[in-house]
Amino acid sequence: MMALFIRRAIEDTLRNRLLNIITIITISLSILIVSAFILFFINTAEFINIWKDGIPVMVYLKPGVDTAELSDIKRNIQTISAAQYIRYISKQDALNSLKAQMKRQSSLFENLSENPLPDAFEIRIMLPGHNWQKMESFAAQIESLDQVEEVEYGQKWLERFIHLIELFRFAGYALGGIFFMATVFIVTNTIRLVIYSRSEEVEIMRLVGATDRFIKIPFYIQSMFQCAFGALIGLAALFISFLFLTSNVEQGLFSGFFQIRFIPMRILLTIVFCSMLVGWLGCYLSLKQYLKA
Amino acid sequence: MIDGNGKSSIIRMFHVHQNYGAKRALIDITLDIAKNEFVFISGPSGAGKTTLLKLFYLAESVSEGQILIDGINLSRIPFKRIPFLRRKFGIIFQDYKLIPTRNIFDNVALVLEAAGKKRRLIQKKVRSVLRLVGMEDRQNVLPASLSGGEQQRVAVARAIIGDPQVILADEPTGSLDSEAAKIIMDLLKGVHIRGATVIIATHDKELIRTTGGRVLFLKQGRLEGSAFVEKHYDGAIY
Repeated sequence: MMALFIRRAIEDTLRNRLLNIITIITISLSILIVSAFILFFINTAEFINIWKDGIPVMVYLKPGVDTAELSDIKRNIQTISAAQYIRYISKQDALNSLKAQMKRQSSLFENLSENPLPDAFEIRIMLPGHNWQKMESFAAQIESLDQVEEVEYGQKWLERFIHLIELFRFAGYALGGIFFMATVFIVTNTIRLVIYSRSEEVEIMRLVGATDRFIKIPFYIQSMFQCAFGALIGLAALFISFLFLTSNVEQGLFSGFFQIRFIPMRILLTIVFCSMLVGWLGCYLSLKQYLKA
Repeated sequence: MIDGNGKSSIIRMFHVHQNYGAKRALIDITLDIAKNEFVFISGPSGAGKTTLLKLFYLAESVSEGQILIDGINLSRIPFKRIPFLRRKFGIIFQDYKLIPTRNIFDNVALVLEAAGKKRRLIQKKVRSVLRLVGMEDRQNVLPASLSGGEQQRVAVARAIIGDPQVILADEPTGSLDSEAAKIIMDLLKGVHIRGATVIIATHDKELIRTTGGRVLFLKQGRLEGSAFVEKHYDGAIY
């Protein structure tokens, strides 16, 4: 029976070639745009993963902190942030390090009557699930300790980066939602047009004793096939663009530092599956309306 | 359900009315059709012949009254059972109602496909029925390339392939020449001999005279009378 349904779906697809080609192209474009965002997110996540050792944070202490208090401060910082790495840098060590870094400007240090640098802890914090907003909370908590003067973690740069990622994420969700609805709408209308063009046939089928299931299944196969095919074309177009971009851009921009990678197979299959699901939904909506009438 | 002649009924109607808004298409129809009867529903145009047939296969729901098909009350049949009820009928339409985009073989095979029959059985049976109606060598052509008589033979093939209990034919010879009409009527008589009930809606008195059978006469939506007409009867029918 399934062979019959598939045969009929293929025949119907070929019979309404133009309509089906337009639908497949539209689905391909939707999938291309949505999967381009997925590709961006995957690589952004990969980029963020570069900080595998955690985000470097400097905790500057107030002047005159007693050496005996250092272990308490260290413990408190560790409790708050679960820091993977924590190192105390005394003001003298900091000055020595600064002098070593600024050998050519050594004259700057000659007239110093006292060391202006504070004692500090250098820590590295791992953020579970890349939850960057938590960084802000950790910093505020550490800063609230009595002996802490200031916490520095390059927050402006990080905030901008987070905002950018969030903006893209939001745009991705919004576009994904819009394209999802557009695709459902397109598939619904395509199937509706196909059904209306075949309304006489459907009526005859009903009169000779065909069940709704018998009438519906080839339409479902047809729309799911359209969406799967559209998804494959969209993904193929993305892959070709990806190959073109990476061969031209990656070497120059990220060489040795970061490698752009394509969407993993598991996600590709999920995209095709979701596309088929959209096809099923569009078909369901149009058939429900038509057969009820 | 057994009637006065000892035959069980395939169709029973009780005080059936069919209205389209203010227009009354059928008025208080009560009738019995026995299994394996050969029945004509006759009357002038607009008498309600087609409407009556449509009520049998649930193309329309009855406005008032009860209809029993093989003991099934149509006003209580669940929506999902309607296709199974329709498989009791083989329907021949005046305008043939063949699917224009499918060839003759596929048009006839549709009935068995819809009933979920196996491919091999379908092929065997379609060829056999097309041979019976004399259309075996035209099985791969589209309906549009056939004459009216040939299309009606295909429609007969489609109607009989599922071995239905009842054949409903709406003006089956209405648009055919006398030779083509004779072929169609011979096919219907053959189906009747093999045990099916045949119900033909027609206004063609000559067709009734040459065939013979029970005649139900409709006029302006009312059943005016029922009479048995012998084959080659040459008197007035109504």
